[in-house]
Amino acid sequence: MRYLYYPGCSLKGTGKAYDESLVAVFDKLGMDAKELPGWNCCGATAYMSVDETKAFALAARNLALAEQENGSDPIHLIAPCAACYLVLNKVQKYMAEYGHLREVIANSLKAVGLNYHGTVKVRHPLDVFVNDIGLDKIKAAVSHPLKGLKVASYYGCQVVRPYAEFDDQYNPQTMDQLMNALGADAVDWPLKTRCCGGTLTGTVEEAGLRMSYILLKEASKRGANIMATACPLCQFNLECYQGKMRGTFGDSIDLPVAFFTQIMGRAFGLEAKRIGLQRLFVPVKAAPAMA
Amino acid sequence: MFMENKASDGEQPRVGVYVCYCGMNIASKVDVEALRQFAEKLPNVVVSRTYKFMCSDPGQELIAQDIKEQKLNRIVVASCSPLLHDATFRKACAKAGLNPFYFTMANIREQVSWVTANSAAATKKAKALVAAAVARVAMHEALEKKRVPVHADVMVVGAGISGIHAALLLANAGKKVYLVEREPSIGGHMGQLDKTFPTLDCSACILTPKMSEVKNHPNITLWTLSDVQEVSGFSGNFKVKVKRNPRFVKLELCVACGQCVEACVFKEGRVPDEYNIGLSKHKPIYMPFPQATPASVLIDPNACLKLSRGKCASKCVEACDRAAIDFEQKVEYSEVEVGAIILATGYQLFDATKMPEYGYGKYPNVYTMIELERLVNAAGPTQGEIVMRDGRKPKRVGIIHCVGSRDKRHHPYCSGVCCMVSLKMAHLMRERIDAEVFNFYIDMRTTLKGYEEFYDRVLHDGVNFVRGRVAEVTDWAMTPGEEGKLVIRVEDTLIGVVRRIPVDMVVLATAMEAHDDADDVRRKFNISCSKEGWFLERHPKLAPVSTFSDGIFLAGVCQGPKDIPESVAQAGAAAAEALSLVDKGFVEIEPNSAWIDADTCSGCKTCIPLCPYHAISRDEQKKVAVVNEALCKGCGTCVGACPSGSAQQKLFTDQQLHQEIEGVLNYV
Repeated sequence: MRYLYYPGCSLKGTGKAYDESLVAVFDKLGMDAKELPGWNCCGATAYMSVDETKAFALAARNLALAEQENGSDPIHLIAPCAACYLVLNKVQKYMAEYGHLREVIANSLKAVGLNYHGTVKVRHPLDVFVNDIGLDKIKAAVSHPLKGLKVASYYGCQVVRPYAEFDDQYNPQTMDQLMNALGADAVDWPLKTRCCGGTLTGTVEEAGLRMSYILLKEASKRGANIMATACPLCQFNLECYQGKMRGTFGDSIDLPVAFFTQIMGRAFGLEAKRIGLQRLFVPVKAAPAMA
Repeated sequence: MFMENKASDGEQPRVGVYVCYCGMNIASKVDVEALRQFAEKLPNVVVSRTYKFMCSDPGQELIAQDIKEQKLNRIVVASCSPLLHDATFRKACAKAGLNPFYFTMANIREQVSWVTANSAAATKKAKALVAAAVARVAMHEALEKKRVPVHADVMVVGAGISGIHAALLLANAGKKVYLVEREPSIGGHMGQLDKTFPTLDCSACILTPKMSEVKNHPNITLWTLSDVQEVSGFSGNFKVKVKRNPRFVKLELCVACGQCVEACVFKEGRVPDEYNIGLSKHKPIYMPFPQATPASVLIDPNACLKLSRGKCASKCVEACDRAAIDFEQKVEYSEVEVGAIILATGYQLFDATKMPEYGYGKYPNVYTMIELERLVNAAGPTQGEIVMRDGRKPKRVGIIHCVGSRDKRHHPYCSGVCCMVSLKMAHLMRERIDAEVFNFYIDMRTTLKGYEEFYDRVLHDGVNFVRGRVAEVTDWAMTPGEEGKLVIRVEDTLIGVVRRIPVDMVVLATAMEAHDDADDVRRKFNISCSKEGWFLERHPKLAPVSTFSDGIFLAGVCQGPKDIPESVAQAGAAAAEALSLVDKGFVEIEPNSAWIDADTCSGCKTCIPLCPYHAISRDEQKKVAVVNEALCKGCGTCVGACPSGSAQQKLFTDQQLHQEIEGVLNYV
């Protein structure tokens, strides 16, 4: 399997810890997944709501660049950010289905000397770890089993919706399986795919805060002592606003929220700094086996 | 030269052409008078007429009169599809003394006026079709319909309410009936229901008298634990092979006293009880349910220690003073001959775990409707006490309609009965335990007699109705009042808000669906399925219980979702169809069968596997293919496939087809 890594803007900014921990975990598992040279924004941000076609053209440029790296096998492009993952998948499907859009995008790409034939596979790292690398190999890499760590696996709304490429749409399991393989206990909870508030937190703050608060409260109630996320925006919403939530809802919310790759890194015995643990606002030290 | 050939029988053809107006159906598009004049000038045509309705008595009389007075020997009617009136006009010819197969139809309605916008083009096409028919009919030959005697016995497959009703009707009419059921008892789904809508009569009370009538009827041979293995033959003369699985208990000796069950080395039940949908367990030796018919225990060979491992103290044998237990019973095969077969194989229920958003299998207090039927039933796992899996009694109940039906992800069709079942259950929950009940529906469908009135009654019972498809059932509590409850999240489309309704118990009205093995069954009986897996009727309006295989009829839900009264009505119709076939004593066979010219057939066997009706076999002595005329449906597959042109078909001979083509081409 030939991989390339598409970090997306967030992982070079607020989601730096996701980038660091993911690369460290790739390394630990002996995976060759170098960064896609010359990548640009996936189109998810404001583009998508302002001009969908331009957003798709942006996304397609990344796919075209990845395709240039095709050897005998097609490239599997790993997109860890949930929004990037969704947009890159969406443009694949839309180009296959809508001839007109395919033509517009092909013309845009042609203007910069590129073309795209649709051969790249867009993959989420959860999919790659569980289905390509396999839980056995992951178990074998664990040097510090996460005993006593109770994880609420939070997939967010975009990883399995609208496209359920590798997991169940209603009750996804891959992150839970991964956490159990690390020696932690995945907590059974029903809000795995409920929205965190997304960009609402920046626009209608009260509404956004409430959505994140619901998730944190329910996870705590189910006995979780850490929440694992697979999306930089979810992580940001759920972690950075906990102080505000305490003020708004008068509730003692205090739950560490880490990228699932950071939790993997911890179990693999990687140094805290390599997996960006120091970047978290709610210290993970409080959680068992994470110190 | 065009149509100057002598007729097939050597006589000079004298053709009469009759053009029908069909009211305005044909005449509004086709210039029928121009068509008549055109036909009049065609070779061999002696007379050409038009009439408003050719199929009416005066229309037919016109033809009969011309046959006699003008000495016509060939007739062409240009009107509708032969599917509708071929038989009508053949009869008219026969009545006037002409062999009915010296007749052909030109379809200028379905194939012309109904599908052509342009009047001139319509008339032109109608002329071409009439020219073709005139040319073809000259080549027609006198044919006779064959009569084959039929076997008077009937087989009914499936002994739910539909199969039971059909079997009893036939048996009462004096026919011998083989009733085949794969479960250990007859009764089907109806036997599992508590009350029936809208009258609320007790399901068992109205069903069990019919079950015992079946058992005691001298004309009914009942085979339970049995499956049809093979069907061969044809309408009136089927051969059916039935596999009869062992019960390990001698039916003729067992009196269902239950002492063996008491004595079994297992003190508690071990096997999920099918009758109670797994809500209780039975021992390896068990009685399916109190009113089971035949009234006999049976042994589950997978759970019984003696049968699965060969080692057991066999306390059951000791306990039975009638020596009815027989571990040596083996599978038996019975072969019978019957004239007609009625399929009443029923349905299965949609698997609710396919919709994980409703939490069935995850939250113990989510039930399917059929489970609740057992739970409220006095003979059920809790003797009718409504206690949930966690031991509590529900105070608030949410009933979700359309689970698996009216849903493009699962079944697009409406399952028909679920609205009424849900209303009935809402009523029972109000009446029995005074629960607060919410029904979540998309549309209420209460169309039959007394159903809307029942809906009205349930509305007045104080049942809440929320219009909207439920999004999710969750145990995620947002408020203290929701703690420990199942929360139903739904968009209430009547008030336009998203609601969270906490309840103790959720009931899923799951869809009726075709059995998983419906496709195997349809192959066995050589019938068709709709794409949902329901057995296909011959005509949705005019032959609703017949199939495309003559002599095989449908009753009940195997043809599509329906409730008890509809199933019974259909079973009655199927019994009447079967009776009219076997009582007549013979079947007439359309003489359009294929034949093989033994002189030119090379015996290559190309045609044998192609025949969809298994009508061709090989004469091993003469080394040629032979068509069984009684089985041949005249599809023409063998004729097209035969490399040497040895396969020919009556009414579709090469000569007839060439003339027909020439007729069209000469005109165009």
